[in-house]
Amino acid sequence: MKIVVCIKQVPAKDAPLAITDASWIRETDIGYEMNEPDSYALEEALRLKEKHTGEVIALSMGPERVKQTIKEALAKGADRGVHIADDKTHTLDPLGAAKSLAAAIEREKPDLVLTGLQSEDQGFGQTGVLLAELLGRPHATIIMQIEAQGGGLRVKRELEAGWFQWVELPMPAVLTIQSGINKVRYATLKGIMAAKKKEIATITRESLGIKHDPTQRIERIYVPTKTKKTEFLTGTPKEAAAKLLEKLKHEARVL
Amino acid sequence: MMNILLITEQRDAQWNKTSFETLAAAQQIAAETKSRLAAVVIGKGVATLAGELAATRLDEVLLVEHDLLAAYTPDGYTIALQQVIAQSKPDLVLFPHTYQVRDFAPKVAASLGKGMIGDCIGYRQENGKLIFVRQMFQGKTAADVVFEGAAPWFATFQAGAFRADLVAQGAAKAPVTSISVELKPEQIRTKPLELFREAKQAVDLTQAPILVAVGRGIKAPENIPLAEKLAKLLGGELAASRPICDEGWLPMDRQIGSSGQTVAPKLYLALGISGAIQHVVGMKGSRTIVAINKDPNAPIFEVADYGIVGDLFEIVPALNEALEKAK
Ligand SMILES: Cc1cc2nc3c(=O)[nH]c(=O)nc-3n(C[C@H](O)[C@H](O)[C@H](O)COP(=O)(O)OP(=O)(O)OC[C@H]3O[C@@H](n4cnc5c(N)ncnc54)[C@H](O)[C@@H]3O)c2cc1C
Ligand SMILES: Nc1ncnc2c1ncn2[C@@H]1O[C@H](COP(=O)(O)O)[C@@H](O)[C@H]1O
Repeated sequence: MKIVVCIKQVPAKDAPLAITDASWIRETDIGYEMNEPDSYALEEALRLKEKHTGEVIALSMGPERVKQTIKEALAKGADRGVHIADDKTHTLDPLGAAKSLAAAIEREKPDLVLTGLQSEDQGFGQTGVLLAELLGRPHATIIMQIEAQGGGLRVKRELEAGWFQWVELPMPAVLTIQSGINKVRYATLKGIMAAKKKEIATITRESLGIKHDPTQRIERIYVPTKTKKTEFLTGTPKEAAAKLLEKLKHEARVL
Repeated sequence: MMNILLITEQRDAQWNKTSFETLAAAQQIAAETKSRLAAVVIGKGVATLAGELAATRLDEVLLVEHDLLAAYTPDGYTIALQQVIAQSKPDLVLFPHTYQVRDFAPKVAASLGKGMIGDCIGYRQENGKLIFVRQMFQGKTAADVVFEGAAPWFATFQAGAFRADLVAQGAAKAPVTSISVELKPEQIRTKPLELFREAKQAVDLTQAPILVAVGRGIKAPENIPLAEKLAKLLGGELAASRPICDEGWLPMDRQIGSSGQTVAPKLYLALGISGAIQHVVGMKGSRTIVAINKDPNAPIFEVADYGIVGDLFEIVPALNEALEKAK
């Protein structure tokens, strides 16, 4: 089974975010990591390969720094990487970004495309579904289990409020993966060494020749305005704890 | 003046209630922009629902029924809605941001070469232009987003962004128009099977008066007893954000949020939880919310009544100690 996993590099969870030019954050001085659902998608791809043989290709679009995330995927066991080099990925609308990814995927003709269900930076929650439409393939989203059978797949979709549903679909297909589908592995030293010899092909986004007029534009990003007035309790931990219990007893009357 | 189309959601002829929140938003946008508003009911055997919807303030209800729409599939819904859109020519198509909508709405938009602004928490009108507000960076920032290019435009509104009880009733019943769509079995590539729930719930958190919820700030499973002790001292139950259950540190039935339980206890204490919207939708109805987080900008403070900015490993032991003393 030939699998392309779309992996986005996003600011680290604890990165202090500073808003710069009104529509993006300051990119320097912060750490980056693999988008969490994507690391589960990668793990799932590696498991499918281990079970059914095949190839796992890690695809990431973004500036030079995203190569580091591709390398991490290679160290965990992906066979090769494809980097769509583009310094302006964060300015693309969801459809524009998906068209670029789709063009690179088209060249690989994989049996299966895996994406995370959502990115932790822009959080469009659309890319996988858009890829399916652009590639003309069936899809299923928010997947919590994958079973390959015959030429097709049986997948467990997560629905709201604890409900699930099994869905069958033929391959080639696109699936979006939910966090928690598996236990992700760590890269071993051996894996890290092996990754050094693995190929990362770089294609510039311009060279994909995408024609696209943006469908939407971010005018401004900002720290959200509070809707509720929070009373902050300060002091040493002991003082803050005492103040809180006092408030809960006598003001909120919930204790 | 626009043509607005609202796509509602039902399953087995039961409403997904978020439909009415988005209806409230759609009615508000329609009133402010002097637009025409129609709502779509799609499925099979859903004429009664169309009738119910017609009682609300709408210009028209479109009833879209077909045997192949009895169970939801992304292909079936996309093909049907393409035909509805071709006939009714909307400028703006609105959806509730449900898991089902996430599964097909971007596809509908893209199949027409159009874009969708997803998961909006609000909108504004400025100089005749509609601005949609959505979250980025897991709620740490908000973004104002506008559509570019020609209509139709597609947008979804997050659960809880608008209040269903603000839906306006109509002066007269809106006309219900049936739209017939062409759909062939071979066009539907996925086969939906039964819906089910995982092994039954061991605890019913919805009944607990007090919940102490832990998030990734708890760092390691060894630290959970610290929070468990606080829950015991308060006479409450332990709950968690999704990553804690994903890791298997606590069972799934303790997960709060869109994919877990929705709770409204009298007291909800969030320890080391950032406040991502998928968590917040499951607990924001709590009477009193306390957040303890070392990041003063954590979005959880947006819904908290009381907040302590600090290290939970210092504050929770202090709370435990004070509660033990008071006993
Ligand atoms: C479709 C979908 C469905 C989802 N469903 C759910 C759901 O049902 N429930 C759910 O919870 N999530 C759900 N999520 C995931 C959600 O988006 C967030 O990723 C998740 O809620 C984050 O969990 P967290 O707050 O525990 O972790 P993080 O976001 O990592 O936050 C950890 C917090 O702990 C704080 N912290 C760290 N150390 C300390 C310390 N020592 N003292 C105090 N504070 C500290 C940090 O400042 C941070 O704010 C869903 C996501 C998607 C896309
Ligand atoms: N620049 C990118 N490079 C690689 N994959 C991406 C990129 N952007 C989005 N994706 C994939 O699409 C998923 C959903 O992203 P989004 O639609 O932004 O929420 C992510 O989890 C990734 O798998």
